[in-house]
Amino acid sequence: MAMTGIFLILFLIVHAGINACIFLNDNGETFNQMAHFMSHNWILRFLEVGLFAGLILHIFQGLSLWSQNNKARPVQYHFSQPSKNSKWYSRSMGILGTLLLLFLIMHLSHFYVGTKMELYGGVHHDETLFEEMKEVFSNLWIVILYVVGVIALFWHLYHGFQSAFQTLGINHKRYTPLIKIIGIGYAVIICVLFALMPISMYLGCIK
Amino acid sequence: MEHYHMNLTLKVWRQKNNKSKGKLETYQVSNISSEMSFLEMIDVLNEQLITEDKDPIAFDHDCREGICGMCSMYINGQAHGPWQQNTTCQLHMRAFKDGDTIVVEPWRSTAFPVVKDLVVDRSSFDRIIQAGGFISVNTGNAVDANALPIDKKDADDAFMAAACIGCGACVATCKNGSAMLFVGAKVSQLALLPQGEPERESRVLNMVAQMDKEGFGNCTNTYACEAECPKGISVANIARLNSEFLKAGLSTED
Amino acid sequence: MVLDSKIPHGEMDKKWSDYKGHVQLVNPANKRKLEVIVVGTGLAGASAAASLGELGYKVKAFCFQDSPRRAHSIAAQGGINAAKNYQNDGDSVFRLFYDTVKGGDYRAREANVHRLAEVSTSIIDQCVAQGVPFAREYGGLLSNRSFGGTQVQRTFYAAGQTGQQLLLGAYSALERQVALGNVKMYSRHEMLDVVKIDGKARGIIARNLIDGTTERHFGHAVLLCTGGYGNVFYLSTNAMGSNVTAAWKAHKQGAFFGNPCFTQIHPTCIPVSGDHQSKLTLMSESLRNDGRIWVPKQKGDNRKPQDIPEEERDYYLERRYPAFGNLVPRDVASRAAKERCDEGYGVGTTKMAVYLDYKDAIVRYGKIEAGKTGLENADHAAIVALGKAVVQEKYGNLFEMYEKITGENPYETPMRIYPAVHYTMGGLWVDYELQTTVKGLYALGEANFSDHGANRLGASALMQGLADGYFVIPYTLGNYLAEEIRTASISTDHEAFVLAEKAVNDRLSTLKNINGKQTVESFHKRLGKIMWDKCGMARNEAGLKTAIAEIQALKKEFWSDVKIPGEVNEFNTELDKAGRVADFIELGELMCFDALNRNESCGGHFREESQTEDGEAKRDDQNYAYVAAWENKGDNGWELHKESLNFEIVKPTQRSYK
Repeated sequence: MAMTGIFLILFLIVHAGINACIFLNDNGETFNQMAHFMSHNWILRFLEVGLFAGLILHIFQGLSLWSQNNKARPVQYHFSQPSKNSKWYSRSMGILGTLLLLFLIMHLSHFYVGTKMELYGGVHHDETLFEEMKEVFSNLWIVILYVVGVIALFWHLYHGFQSAFQTLGINHKRYTPLIKIIGIGYAVIICVLFALMPISMYLGCIK
Repeated sequence: MEHYHMNLTLKVWRQKNNKSKGKLETYQVSNISSEMSFLEMIDVLNEQLITEDKDPIAFDHDCREGICGMCSMYINGQAHGPWQQNTTCQLHMRAFKDGDTIVVEPWRSTAFPVVKDLVVDRSSFDRIIQAGGFISVNTGNAVDANALPIDKKDADDAFMAAACIGCGACVATCKNGSAMLFVGAKVSQLALLPQGEPERESRVLNMVAQMDKEGFGNCTNTYACEAECPKGISVANIARLNSEFLKAGLSTED
Repeated sequence: MVLDSKIPHGEMDKKWSDYKGHVQLVNPANKRKLEVIVVGTGLAGASAAASLGELGYKVKAFCFQDSPRRAHSIAAQGGINAAKNYQNDGDSVFRLFYDTVKGGDYRAREANVHRLAEVSTSIIDQCVAQGVPFAREYGGLLSNRSFGGTQVQRTFYAAGQTGQQLLLGAYSALERQVALGNVKMYSRHEMLDVVKIDGKARGIIARNLIDGTTERHFGHAVLLCTGGYGNVFYLSTNAMGSNVTAAWKAHKQGAFFGNPCFTQIHPTCIPVSGDHQSKLTLMSESLRNDGRIWVPKQKGDNRKPQDIPEEERDYYLERRYPAFGNLVPRDVASRAAKERCDEGYGVGTTKMAVYLDYKDAIVRYGKIEAGKTGLENADHAAIVALGKAVVQEKYGNLFEMYEKITGENPYETPMRIYPAVHYTMGGLWVDYELQTTVKGLYALGEANFSDHGANRLGASALMQGLADGYFVIPYTLGNYLAEEIRTASISTDHEAFVLAEKAVNDRLSTLKNINGKQTVESFHKRLGKIMWDKCGMARNEAGLKTAIAEIQALKKEFWSDVKIPGEVNEFNTELDKAGRVADFIELGELMCFDALNRNESCGGHFREESQTEDGEAKRDDQNYAYVAAWENKGDNGWELHKESLNFEIVKPTQRSYK
């Protein structure tokens, strides 16, 4: 869980970094170049397989945890007050993860399937990825769904970042507070960046 | 402290034995002093039940001073009740007020089957210790106690981990029914001390294997265990367990 | 029957090594065939079961709790003594021996005490090797503190949880033997009788407390490590389940009971708050190291303690005992508190309490800390803050416990304390080998009468429990079992087992079928009140005689009017408790007999008829320098046997802590 989590965390930095190129307001030129590079460089394509493997492993591990943990308490309490001893998001990683998975399916169908169809299926697109984004994010409902997805991502990362270190056995009086701060900073920056993309495109701020 | 008296409604889990189905029963107790301990309040209820020709509530308790780890009630949705760093026997009735309804349930975990009412079987903890929670030193084998100086900080950390009373509140509290805090505390104690070094790897691997075999869940780092632990055992011990486990897992030749 | 204490001949400091040098041994192949039953898994039981398992015996261990780790040894707070002399303050085996004999008011057997002092050092080594996290200094070496009744620092400790850490050490050794298959553990099992065949203990009848069924278990020898009987007083610092049943059944099977009236009343407990009280909580004696005990000089002073100026406080221990001050032995401190309260100087709502004050200690430590860090001109508030931090490091968990129970903050306001029943020096009479008067039946730890005489010094109970289990019984039991190697395991179908089991079951159903009106708890409370009032901190002839009559009447009432719900063959805590209370009632009667017989004051036993002019206990060595060993005669009461005590080394003098 922790290893795949950290792997996905690293991926998100790259993902957010490249997508942030849209904010250069150069009509998506840099962004399109980066996107083209990402989807056509063979090393990156190889890494892409690894990314999917990591993601699927992460999901699989999550499901297996969920099933084992359910078995560990077959009879539930009639009255329980978990909020007295733990944070809701730390207890909701499974639900947040499921939301993220649903979001991801939508997200991939918007931006990934098309690119791949072009690459492997010979289906030709006239639109650049940047133009696709503009089109997708012109729909208010989709923008709202994206923002919801990013909020789920935020809480998932907020807990997941420091949790990964704990699982890997790193808990240190001096460094753990630092890890927590970095984790929060990371979650905020990544999620704000991601959320701004659909919002600013919908509002027409990106040219 | 101002003392007061109160009338309470209790909803208590009743279950005849391991095979029968249980349910919550409602009882009334009156004129309970705020100076009583929670278990003394249950004593009052039990005396009342016996006089009414009813079966008293079975519950585990022994030292009633917060150290033996035998008492184990899930009170109003929290292991050992509303006070932090506290056992059920040390919970006092001044935590409640007149007219309150209190729900009392047994620990819930596959690895802690209910024996009767609020009594559960925690022998799974003993079996985890049997798997490796010891230092193999036969009586008489020891060298002089001061032959091996130990860094005070390590000794203190080992002591803090060793403060675990094995009550099982961590398991009862954890949404996953995980025993990682219990196992982490013992592994940490022995990993921090030079005496524990020779069996360091086999210990952690065997204890974790036994923990999984008993049907405890996995840790997802909600840290509820630390918040409810009557002895305040830190989740840093779980991290140490994780790192000991990873290191041992990578280096073992089996 | 003549009591043979089997004390080895020779010089006091050579007895144990000579004994070990000549004791019979059992070869490893034979050990595998010999079965040993250990009842109780506290310090004595767990250490004995583990050590015997390591030696290769087939051990069966029993405890009534859900896990051996719950035994009440776990609650011991302060520490464990050992003659290590790590502090270079003049300690030695002889000093520990001397202090213990003197502290016990010359009613202990010298040879046993000397052995205890000798093995004390090995205990610390063993525990450290097991991973017991004793307190350490910055240099990484073990830390010591002082305790009541001594003038050296020989107490090893793990904050206020020494008993817990030592027990968990012994428990881990026990669980290791369980894993290795050398020990079979029976938890939630209560021993309800000893089975004797041809005069030797050959097994027990135990009841499975989960389903209520009885079981027969064979053993070539039976070890009772079942703790003390302080709960005869109903309110005590013992655990709720602590009971005398195993020892009492042994007593009824012929094991003599030694000095039953020797009870230790611990001076520093949290006072009773009301009728609902189910048990008392001890505050470690180590608190007396730094705390000062006082009451107002004025009777019935209702001011808050903070409002009573220094000159109106009576630090009565420092006043009466300038040499030892607040560190006098437990019996002396307890009686002094009772004396003040009886005279009307008590504090708190019940007026049955004295103050234990940390104000001065906080300032003293604060000044030391300020000095260390060069804060010579620190103001009072800063000094107090520094001092509180030191006190918290040393006693934090005890202070927290006090606050949880009383709701008062002991850093700000003095603690209220009062004596409470804590330990019983009396117990099954045993010889030097820890064997009772029944062959093959042994008693270890608090369950026996042996090492503490009429008063136990602080931090000595843990020492004795572990000494018996780790270092004494492995030798002495071998001496007995060496003669048993030709005895094959006896089938539990043997008539003696059948009859014993039937008797146990008959008693259970008799109890269950009384169908009276009063609860077990109510009988226990009444017994406790009789015992506390008339056989407690001060005893006199008239009171003891009344108590005996009252207890006899209570016994009759119990057996005709007790009410036990539920069934025999199920998890039935009321039935468990009923059996224990029935035994406590009988024991209470014997304690009063013993107290009545011993017309002297010694240690924890204070006969009002025997005191000096200034109210100190007065011993009568002429007439009472013996161990009272009582033989059970069934319905005809008890017969007294005396083991006279000969003091070769420590010549009895009137104890003085002035």
